[in-house]
Amino acid sequence: MECMPRAELERMQYMQLKKLVNNLYSFNGFYHDRMRDAGVHPDDINCLGDIVKLPFMYKQDLRDHYPTGLFTVPGNEVVRYHVSSGTSGKPTLVGYTRGDIDYWTETLARSFTSIGIGIDDIMQVSYGYGLFTGGLGAHYGAEKVGATVVPVGTGSTERQIELMQDLDVTVLACTPSYFVHMIEVAKRMGIDIRNDTVLRKAVLGAEPWSEGMRKHIEDSTGVRAYDIYGTSEMAGPMFTECETRDGIHIPADMMYAEIIDTETGEPCADGERGELVVTMLRKEAMPLIRFRVKDICSITHEPCACGRTSPRISRIFGRADDMLIIRGINVFPSQIEYTLMHIPQVGDQYRILLDRVDSLDHAVIQVEIRPEAFSDRIEDMTRLRSHIESELKKYLNIAVTVELKAPGELPRFEGKAKRVIDRRVL
Amino acid sequence: MMADDEILTQLSIFVNNEPGRLAAVAGILKECGVNMKACNLAESNEFGILRAIVDDPDDAYERIKSKGLIVRKTDIVGISIDNVPGSLFEAADVLGKAGINIDYGYAYASKDREGLFIRVDDPMKAAEVLKSAGIDIIRRSEI
Ligand SMILES: [Zn+2]
Repeated sequence: MECMPRAELERMQYMQLKKLVNNLYSFNGFYHDRMRDAGVHPDDINCLGDIVKLPFMYKQDLRDHYPTGLFTVPGNEVVRYHVSSGTSGKPTLVGYTRGDIDYWTETLARSFTSIGIGIDDIMQVSYGYGLFTGGLGAHYGAEKVGATVVPVGTGSTERQIELMQDLDVTVLACTPSYFVHMIEVAKRMGIDIRNDTVLRKAVLGAEPWSEGMRKHIEDSTGVRAYDIYGTSEMAGPMFTECETRDGIHIPADMMYAEIIDTETGEPCADGERGELVVTMLRKEAMPLIRFRVKDICSITHEPCACGRTSPRISRIFGRADDMLIIRGINVFPSQIEYTLMHIPQVGDQYRILLDRVDSLDHAVIQVEIRPEAFSDRIEDMTRLRSHIESELKKYLNIAVTVELKAPGELPRFEGKAKRVIDRRVL
Repeated sequence: MMADDEILTQLSIFVNNEPGRLAAVAGILKECGVNMKACNLAESNEFGILRAIVDDPDDAYERIKSKGLIVRKTDIVGISIDNVPGSLFEAADVLGKAGINIDYGYAYASKDREGLFIRVDDPMKAAEVLKSAGIDIIRRSEI
């Protein structure tokens, strides 16, 4: 299955799509009305490419039909709920049948297998458990491949590090920013992850991060870091990179992924950056057709060096919603992070503050510096600050003000990092 | 006397320039039992550098570092300007002629000594130059 030729994969996806569309059109009011309003009938779907005739679904649809308005199975077939707290307005609820939990687990098991996680591994799951999908998703996937799970969740970082040592944890699953925080706390406890633990892999996701961050994490711990992707609407974390680490594999029998231009809705070419749109081909309790995830990435359909033929999406560059427009220029926080992580004097933490002064955007980037970069001479420090400013200017094409901070001064995050503070009043 | 005794150790501490931050740093120093003999604060917009001459700098350094502050040891030279009018100018002149640039300096006074601590690129050379010009320097044991 994982190495099936592309034509066969797409044939299979078309069959799944056709069945899904027929069912939803016939038995579900929401999908029926949406398709009717868009002037499309299941008979119009005659190949996989015809999917573009179907209307988009938005996060707002999920909010509007909160809690269970988009469920397509009777309530007694639902075995679990997950809820994502909306930053604005209503939360969204996702229901799961037994089958949904099984295939969610299946995607993770395949992903973990592709990066060599198996029965000899001990995985510490430091994603949040509970209503958030991260913890339970990784947990079930790891158990499925026979690994031993340490379900610590978030918080109590010192205890987490003690457990990591005591239980010979080999794989850590958490957000990249929490791992960076753990590395710091471990250092303060006199524990060097590289030499004092047997941790060798980290499966990091749930927030956009960068290659710079990966390099920093790997250089400071010797741990091999893998990107994992998924959102609660899709059923939590699901897909990871393989050992080749050249994009996140999207198993074709699970999900059909498109990349579109955020403005026009038109498809983007392979390799071109745009907004991810997903169709969940096997989800039972709450299927999604052409759901706009709002994450920005690119896709390739070229077979991977690992032999798998499933399409691969790139690292997530940011959220379409997170994209900052600073003085008319599009900037993703991840670009800022990437630039900062390549400056050796800059530490792990940074924060982006946006203000409007005299109707002009003003961006301040606060960065923690490494202790080694500190000098007793003001000139050295201001020179470092100017250097960081000019690096940012070079990569972002906008002038920003940098403020140097001591390590430990900026806020730490155990869940998703909140590094952007936008105080602009429009 | 060993030349070592002529080079003094200053502790330089990074301080974020936010309300209450300096007080917090001062509190940590007090908590560490650090006894400050002289200090100077250099400020930029968003950060400051506290430079301090303390008792037993090596020990104080370790204790401050363990509290998570950014601290660095810096070699400096102390010039005695006891009772000699114009001796500060003379010292600066001697160093300037020797091509030694003073990055910064700050005053020091105790019961029996009065002087100036200076930060230069080559403190060893600065100490030599000052001594050979007959200018008295402050030794580690005299603080
Ligand atoms: Zn691959």
